[in-house]
Amino acid sequence: MSTAPHSVQPYESAGFAAERGFLVAFARDARLAVRSKGEVVQALAFFVVIVSLFPLAIGPESALLKRIAPGVVWVAALLSVLLTLPRILANDHADGTLEQLALSVYPLPLIVAGKIVAHWLITGLPLALLSPVLGLQFGLESRELAVMFASLMLGTPVLSLVGSIGAALTLGVRGGSILLALLVLPLYIPVLIFGAGAVEQSMAGIDVSANLSLLGAILLLGGLVVPFAVAVAVKISLD
Amino acid sequence: MSIFKYSSPAMFFPLAGKLLPWFSALAVLFGAIGLYLGLFVAPEDFQQGEVYRIIFIHVPAAWMAMFIYLVMAMYGVMALTLNTRLSAMMMEALAPTGAIFTALALWTGALWGRPTWGTYWAWDARMTSTLILLFLYVGYIALINAIEDKKRADKAGALLVIVGSVNVPIIYFSVKWWNTLHQGLSVSATAPSKMASIMLWAMLTMAIACWMYAIAISLVRVRAIICERERDRILGQERIRRREPAPGSAVASL
Amino acid sequence: MIWEGATALDRSAASMLLACDLRLERGSRAIISDLSFSVEAGQALVLRGSNGSGKTSLLRILAGLTLPDAGYVAWRGETLTALSATWRSAALYLGHTNALKEDFSATENLRDALLIDGLNVTQMAQLSALEKVGLLDRRNVMARRLSQGQKRRVGLARLALSLTHQSCKSLWLLDEPTNALDEQGVSLFTGLISAHLDRGGVACIATHLSLNLASPVKELNFDAMGEATQ
Repeated sequence: MSTAPHSVQPYESAGFAAERGFLVAFARDARLAVRSKGEVVQALAFFVVIVSLFPLAIGPESALLKRIAPGVVWVAALLSVLLTLPRILANDHADGTLEQLALSVYPLPLIVAGKIVAHWLITGLPLALLSPVLGLQFGLESRELAVMFASLMLGTPVLSLVGSIGAALTLGVRGGSILLALLVLPLYIPVLIFGAGAVEQSMAGIDVSANLSLLGAILLLGGLVVPFAVAVAVKISLD
Repeated sequence: MSIFKYSSPAMFFPLAGKLLPWFSALAVLFGAIGLYLGLFVAPEDFQQGEVYRIIFIHVPAAWMAMFIYLVMAMYGVMALTLNTRLSAMMMEALAPTGAIFTALALWTGALWGRPTWGTYWAWDARMTSTLILLFLYVGYIALINAIEDKKRADKAGALLVIVGSVNVPIIYFSVKWWNTLHQGLSVSATAPSKMASIMLWAMLTMAIACWMYAIAISLVRVRAIICERERDRILGQERIRRREPAPGSAVASL
Repeated sequence: MIWEGATALDRSAASMLLACDLRLERGSRAIISDLSFSVEAGQALVLRGSNGSGKTSLLRILAGLTLPDAGYVAWRGETLTALSATWRSAALYLGHTNALKEDFSATENLRDALLIDGLNVTQMAQLSALEKVGLLDRRNVMARRLSQGQKRRVGLARLALSLTHQSCKSLWLLDEPTNALDEQGVSLFTGLISAHLDRGGVACIATHLSLNLASPVKELNFDAMGEATQ
């Protein structure tokens, strides 16, 4: 068995497409998540446990629980995503594959974007899908459940995006996880306000489109800008 | 020789030393005038009485809190694009002052709030976003202290502050939005109907005093930072100036 | 010759890799100062020196991961900025970590590395590379269960495959590539380096071993900096 000449072709000669970098990184991280399903499930379980603690702490009074439900679910989602942020970059940093990604022929912002989308798919999306069940426990109506689901669908990608900046800046730093929380949580506040606000408005019978549109706007803006910021942050951290 | 030569920390160090007494003097001067105008000349407010006089420190502090963060973001852009070490050092020097002004604004706000609103803390849009600004300062300071390699800390801090400054308007807007959503919970401030011009002058003078103080104190701090990080370089230049050989070197001076 | 698939590289540039007055500081200490060297096509630069003497730092500068405090690096006459596109397609960097995902098998790790490098490699070629580095029967074992030496060999397979394409990956930057390799692995590695140099590539290698290379070798001793720099 010998390597035939030209059995290896750089993609450049076969129509190099930079956007492949996105797919390569996305597919890689998605496959990694499948290999370690446990971690995905743990984040979900954490979400459920946090939400369930509130009724135990506050009491089973249904009117009060319903009132705090949007905030509780959103804060729990925030914390769950926060705990999974090291998955985006820290693991790759530890085993040296992040350097390889930075040295890839594909542009780093596209690779980072692929990783962020993969991260959302394995953390944010399951949280959003699970949220109606938790909402039921707090006595939310079906319309409110739908709004909560929609707000999480629009908001959790922003959590992955903004969080990845903090994750990139704290790579390999001592006390990284608490520092990460300190950096990222203040930046999460707008998403928290608009997300929980949408659900509260639907409970008050007010039109929720304004809040959801604002979340969508933040998502679009973040999606365009954040991968570049994360790429810069990764380069800084590897320097 | 252009002013750009001062972008080198070692060159800036003596300049900062020369500027320092001037800014300190201006801070004391404006502070004295401002306090005199505010505490003795300005009349008592017909609604709030003497209590209102806290605004002569509260409002300038709140302005400086916001302003210093923006200045830091500007230095951050310079640090990342022009790769100048001095801008990052200025950021590091400004951050504690910014954080202190933010804390001062919150503290004096609480003290003012108690007699006028009847509560130390209200989840008012301005107070809440000032609190978040304090978190941003603390985050920056924590990050640069956690990273051991100074070069990396400089750049990471610069990026964080830039990201933060993009977020500040979004945060402010969202908090305001949130506040109007929960109208019933908040207490709206009874703004003084018409501010006497002497009050305004006193406040502006105090703002300038705070500004001068911020410059003076960050010059002190940046000098300390330069000393810490560039000791060898500065000593080297001193030696060149005095024509002394470096310790251990066999090169005879001319 | 087992690496007969190697394709020749363009040797036109007078000196392929050029470093000029490099300086790197960490803290207040200069790890590298006033370092200049040039490496011609088909030449290897061997970095020697005790631990912490700056070998890894230099390799990271050459890879574009670290920005030097002063000086510059040029590749084929083109000055390179950190992680520019030219740099990324020219350099193949194997760091002291093996850059393997523990949850992936050798095959998967190799395939991913090639995808990230932007190389379109047939599955046959990948298998044959794994066979040459002696991992064929271990190819589906998760990386976490491979020995250190076997992990290193996955990197060697990557080197072998990069030999066969024409335009890019002509600058190999290898940080202690022979660590944990047995004798047979070292001779495999030497064969790869020879083939790469024969085709006109450039290799910068930090190693403690003395490599038996037919091609010209330049040595850079970090413990006696200044004497070795030419």
